[in-house]
Amino acid sequence: MATESVKYVAPETKPKTLLDVFRRPDQHVTGIRDWLTTIDHKKIGLLYGLVALCSLIFGGMQALLIRSQLWAPNQELLTPREYNQMFTMHGTIMVFLVIMPLSAAFFNFVMPLQIGARDVAFPRLNALSLWCFVAGAIILNLSWFFTGGAPAIGWFAYSPLTDVRFEEVARDLGPDFWVFGIQVLGLASLLASFNFIATLINMRAPGMTMMRMPVFCWMTLVVSFLIILAFPAITIALVELMFDRNYGTNFYDFLEGGKPHLWQHLFWIFGHPEVYILILPAMGIVSEVVPTFSRKPLFGYGLVIFSGAIIGFMGFAVWSHHMFTTGMGIVATSAFSMLTMLIAIPTGVKIFNWIGTMWGGKIRFDTPMLFALGFITMFMVGGFTGIMHSSVPIDMQQQDTYFVVAHFHYVLIGGALFGLFCGFYFWLPKMTGRMLDEKMGKIVFTLMFIGFNTTFFPMHYLGMIGQPRRTHSYNAGNGFEMWNQIATVGAFILGIGILLGVIQFMRSFRDKSLKPAGKNPWDARSLEWTLSSPVKEYNFARTPIVKARDQAWENNYGPRELHSEKEPLDHHGVHMPDHSWYPLFTAIGFLVLVIGMLFHSSLGADGEIIRNYTVPIIGGIIAITSMIMWSLEGPGGYHLFPEEDEE
Amino acid sequence: MSEAAAAHADEHHEPYTSTGIPTKKVLMWAFLGSDCMFFGTLISTHLIYRKISATVGTNYLDIRDIFDIELTSFSTFILLASSLFMALAVSAIHKGNLNSTRWMLFGTIIFGGIFLACQVYEFTHFAYAPGNELTLSSYRGEPHVFGSTFFVLTGTHGTHVAIGVFWLLGWLAYSFTGKMSTADAMDIECCGLYWHFVDIVWIIIFPVVYLMEYAL
Ligand code: HEM
Ligand SMILES: [Cu+2]
Repeated sequence: MATESVKYVAPETKPKTLLDVFRRPDQHVTGIRDWLTTIDHKKIGLLYGLVALCSLIFGGMQALLIRSQLWAPNQELLTPREYNQMFTMHGTIMVFLVIMPLSAAFFNFVMPLQIGARDVAFPRLNALSLWCFVAGAIILNLSWFFTGGAPAIGWFAYSPLTDVRFEEVARDLGPDFWVFGIQVLGLASLLASFNFIATLINMRAPGMTMMRMPVFCWMTLVVSFLIILAFPAITIALVELMFDRNYGTNFYDFLEGGKPHLWQHLFWIFGHPEVYILILPAMGIVSEVVPTFSRKPLFGYGLVIFSGAIIGFMGFAVWSHHMFTTGMGIVATSAFSMLTMLIAIPTGVKIFNWIGTMWGGKIRFDTPMLFALGFITMFMVGGFTGIMHSSVPIDMQQQDTYFVVAHFHYVLIGGALFGLFCGFYFWLPKMTGRMLDEKMGKIVFTLMFIGFNTTFFPMHYLGMIGQPRRTHSYNAGNGFEMWNQIATVGAFILGIGILLGVIQFMRSFRDKSLKPAGKNPWDARSLEWTLSSPVKEYNFARTPIVKARDQAWENNYGPRELHSEKEPLDHHGVHMPDHSWYPLFTAIGFLVLVIGMLFHSSLGADGEIIRNYTVPIIGGIIAITSMIMWSLEGPGGYHLFPEEDEE
Repeated sequence: MSEAAAAHADEHHEPYTSTGIPTKKVLMWAFLGSDCMFFGTLISTHLIYRKISATVGTNYLDIRDIFDIELTSFSTFILLASSLFMALAVSAIHKGNLNSTRWMLFGTIIFGGIFLACQVYEFTHFAYAPGNELTLSSYRGEPHVFGSTFFVLTGTHGTHVAIGVFWLLGWLAYSFTGKMSTADAMDIECCGLYWHFVDIVWIIIFPVVYLMEYAL
């Protein structure tokens, strides 16, 4: 009965009444309702990627405005306030709406396939993470349209920039949008991370022991732990800030006994682990790509994982290297300086592992490998400058200059973004079923590599001769002019490169002229490459029984006893959970609640504050009702009966 | 592709997990680990400010003048006792004893409710104590940070208790639908994990926020 063929009949899915539209969709739902109610990890991953790539273009345009403003001394293309808004939004968008969700896109799409799972542990919760992320993105970007416009406080939002008493614009809503936006984005990341942890711990296929998991899965696990332990610090810091701004508490109010310094500590206790949250996924990707294109197993698998975990662990103990100039005292400063130097060791270990992997390998220079090599070299430059400013006296010179800007762009673009682009060129064939055009890929890589270095390398020098960061303009005659112009030219080259890349990714979903990918176009090593491209909705027709690390490779080249097996076909078929509206509705509830909170207070005739909580309460009711309905509807589901080898 | 879509009708069997631990429990533990950091941040904020803007010793800022330590000790005892009920509820549902589960859930809810009532009384009492007002922004009319850290910390804890009470109320209501069975034991156990955790947090908050003002 297992492989019995039942003729497929499409049931009537065209909704007739409004109520039909919101009925729980069955498995034959298509189009927009499918995407809005999907709980499939692959589609959720694609949606994360889509929103993040759009944000990348948007944040990139802001960066180009910043660079244009710095083209010549004392320009007035942007006002100082607009300039501050640009770099605030640019930084916030790039960190929270680009790099993190791009990583989440790969976690979602790739990780369950790599461990041989049907889906993540809690598919509907996963959808809620996605929609909370979208809600957070909406909130953040809405800020442009209301009193005061976008926040002008920097991505670090140092107090007292956020103090209501020092606002340039009366009743400025920008910082409030920022506070609530980050809060909702944090919620999204937390929920997603709980889910990934549960998945990686509990949903592995038989035989997939922890030490057989691909490095990318390990990095997913480490990053998830970093998120659940680091985000609470910023969440509470934001709650305190929210109370300060709305209810008159004094957490950061130095006129009434608070300490702005506390904000810096809480922010960087989150902020430093956050930079590892941004880089470790890219390191995981590169650890998959380098062995594939060197046709050798990863050199020192255990060490790569161990150093990743150590980085995650130590990442919590170095936050104050962002505060060397705040006067923390000799002991604290030296201790943090030493720990910061130490953390460079596990980072360096990984570099040597990648080099060791390539050593003696048969290297192929396809686009993913080019990006991986770009990652390794550029990340090294960023690492070196990081070690430079782990030394306190040196950092005293470099703090708040363009040198720091150069440092973190080398780790964030040269590192994280190159790593993520590497992931796209590597896994898009698995997502779309079509190969990307190699020639175009190489053009994108060249443009990005040249543009990136032209933009950011001169900034090292600019920083050392003293150009301050976060500053709207500079005077002529300090030797800044030429290097700023070079940087601006480079930025546009980089921008074109990124734009071409994004267009190439998007088009590959439609472009029928591209070569079909087949199961394993790269001769890659992990389980997802044993499946067809694009992957079927049920992933594995039969659960694989894993016998080795690099299972796909062993299946092709390894000894018989290391070939994977498959569990017998279940006469129940593959159980698929049903779609659900409630994750989306819950997120909409949160969105309404937040918008309501943003506008809940107004000034009365005598200047007293009038509070009205109707809208937040409505939002809360929507969210809670959706959650109750969610738990009552249950996972539901249906069964699919794929043929033996329809994977 | 040939496929047949059977309407679900799944038999009940423990789904396979790699570790043998139910997946929901793993999720709950991960959440509790994270929640530790939430409270850790709040408690450190409180302790840092307590140190740098003293509340004890100087005349006009002695917080002991308004603390009602007897009341808080009582509500602490009540909250701890509620944990016993919770543990009994979990054990009852494991044995399939519905009636006892229901009563123990009810006990937990009542005790949680008493704790919350004490906290509401305490908050209003503090805020309106004549000549002694402790508000979010001031103490006795002077700008101060104690009210900020105190209310936000204990308020966050209170919110946790309230969420727990509503969660338990949900289970209590569910127990009257006739659908409750030992199959729900795991879910109730997760609820119990949460409840015990919130208790443990209070065991830290009580000495750190209240008792310490008397000792140091
Ligand atoms: C070898 C490892 C690293 C070391 C030793 C290191 C060290 C430092 C130090 C000391 C600073 C403070 C500079 C200052 O403000 O004066 C800093 C800033 C920064 N680092 Fe790193 N870093 C490392 C790796 C990374 C990585 C992997 C990332 C992100 C992927 C990163 C992102 C940042 C960012 C964003 C800032 C600037 C934050 C701001 O002020 O806005 N760093 N780094
Ligand atoms: Cu750092």
